[in-house]
Amino acid sequence: MKKNGILSRLFLALVFLFLYAPILVLIVFSFNDSKSNAVWGGFTLDWYVQLLNNRTVLEALQTTLLVSVLATAIATVAGTAAAIGFSSMKRRPRNACLTVNSIPMTNADIITGVSMMLLFVFAGQALADFSGWLNTTAWAESANLWFDFGFDMGFLTLLIAHVTFDIPYVIVAVLPKLRQLDPNLAEAALDLGATRWTAFRKVVLPELMPGIVNGLLIAFTMSIDDFVISYFTAGSQVSTLSMYVYAQVRRRVSPEINALSTLMFVAVLLLLVVINLRQARQEQRRKRQALRT
Amino acid sequence: MRNKWIAAPYVGWMAVFVVAPLIVVLVYALTREAPDGSWYLTAENFAGMAGYAAVFARSFLLAGIATVVCILLGYPMAYFLSRERGRLRSMATMLIMLPMWMNFLLRTYSWVFLLERNGFFNTLLSSIGLPKLDIINTSGAVVLGMVYNFLPFMVLPIFSVITKIDNRVIEAAQDLGAGSFQVFRRVIFPLSLPGVLSGVTMVFIPSVSTFVISRLLGGGKSLLLGDLIEMQFLGAAYNPHLGSAISLVMMVIVLVCMGIMNRFGEGEGEAVLL
Repeated sequence: MKKNGILSRLFLALVFLFLYAPILVLIVFSFNDSKSNAVWGGFTLDWYVQLLNNRTVLEALQTTLLVSVLATAIATVAGTAAAIGFSSMKRRPRNACLTVNSIPMTNADIITGVSMMLLFVFAGQALADFSGWLNTTAWAESANLWFDFGFDMGFLTLLIAHVTFDIPYVIVAVLPKLRQLDPNLAEAALDLGATRWTAFRKVVLPELMPGIVNGLLIAFTMSIDDFVISYFTAGSQVSTLSMYVYAQVRRRVSPEINALSTLMFVAVLLLLVVINLRQARQEQRRKRQALRT
Repeated sequence: MRNKWIAAPYVGWMAVFVVAPLIVVLVYALTREAPDGSWYLTAENFAGMAGYAAVFARSFLLAGIATVVCILLGYPMAYFLSRERGRLRSMATMLIMLPMWMNFLLRTYSWVFLLERNGFFNTLLSSIGLPKLDIINTSGAVVLGMVYNFLPFMVLPIFSVITKIDNRVIEAAQDLGAGSFQVFRRVIFPLSLPGVLSGVTMVFIPSVSTFVISRLLGGGKSLLLGDLIEMQFLGAAYNPHLGSAISLVMMVIVLVCMGIMNRFGEGEGEAVLL
């Protein structure tokens, strides 16, 4: 293919500017010595100091990170297992499973959120009714038991929702790797005396790894960037960072939030640079080795 | 390694947390609550839907415009990126995904500062002698917010499809005498269509159902489907039965649209994000 001319380069630059302009604004105004986000009032680090003293924001940050990490970890393990299970199924049940699996990915977030919220409310109510009924039964009274299975939405329902929308992405990322897998490899390991678990761990898992890592990254990105589903399933007690921002936006967002997002952005940027550098170094080493042999 | 039972826990999970919620939505949509607290079967929820035809039309129109703009911006971007060599190309996916790591609400909200009456954009305009524009709190701002937020979902699948095109196919076309425009029109573009289709799905669905973007950038003036649904569940107009019915209708329309579109694309409906 032909290389890009000056015009296509300019186009790329403009679209990237469009994508990054709001982020630049946030970063610049996190150092602004004024409550306004439009007028420059001089350089300050006040918002960073205030951020460290803002309990609500830090708690929301903690919830966000905790739910994203836990959901990603659970989804990666469960999704990999499910993908292996799916690929061993016959065609018809597999297609049925894959169709249901794709529902959370294709459905609008708001529908996923609303439907899970209705389920949680419904289940909480049903369980509360059930425990109320249990408490009136003779044996519960005679055994002096008091049941309370009812629940409100909170961290657990938030986590369940995140796991539910993360798993499909992991499955979709792992399945192609399973398709490429040579079944003879695992057979060979078994013939050489490996147990099923060892064969899986030493032979199959390394082959699947790129897909699993890919799925993990997508799941984490989806979790940490999610607002809509969390908004409907977290209830009124728990709040993620996005929910905190949404509540703030109705008034005017304090620049502390700018400071926090700048920190998060820098953290992610550093992480990606490190990953990139490592990859580049590995590639160079591989090239040098290839030259030597 | 063949063991289909290892998927059993997840199949159970899907039944409880994917299928059951949708059934609950269906039950809510088909019922109403009587004053005495009991539920009765009814089609009232759907009968009342006609009053929201304008909201449906506005949502689908704005989401449609946003999707078209995303194709117009995203396709050339993906194409040009795939023609780059070296650093920029290998980092392209990362550069496009990076903004997604910054809070979605904050990114959207910072457009308010850029577009405000006395914001950055208008200051720029008036400094070169042009009149100020009132962009914020219009439908235009809502479309801009949609394009901004969902453009990566258009670029990534197209980029991933184009980079996977076998170079020999292109060389073959060139050997047979095709010019660069002809190579694009007859080879690259048809082969990249599956990416465009999954991009369209991934931009249109979140756009048509958003309530955050219209709330933040539209000033709550132009009500969209998402706003309508949100209001029925967590807002002032609390009525989960009506909300479920609206969700259901929206879901069906979207599924039908996507079904028709994928028929055109010869059934290449698989989502390719990376």
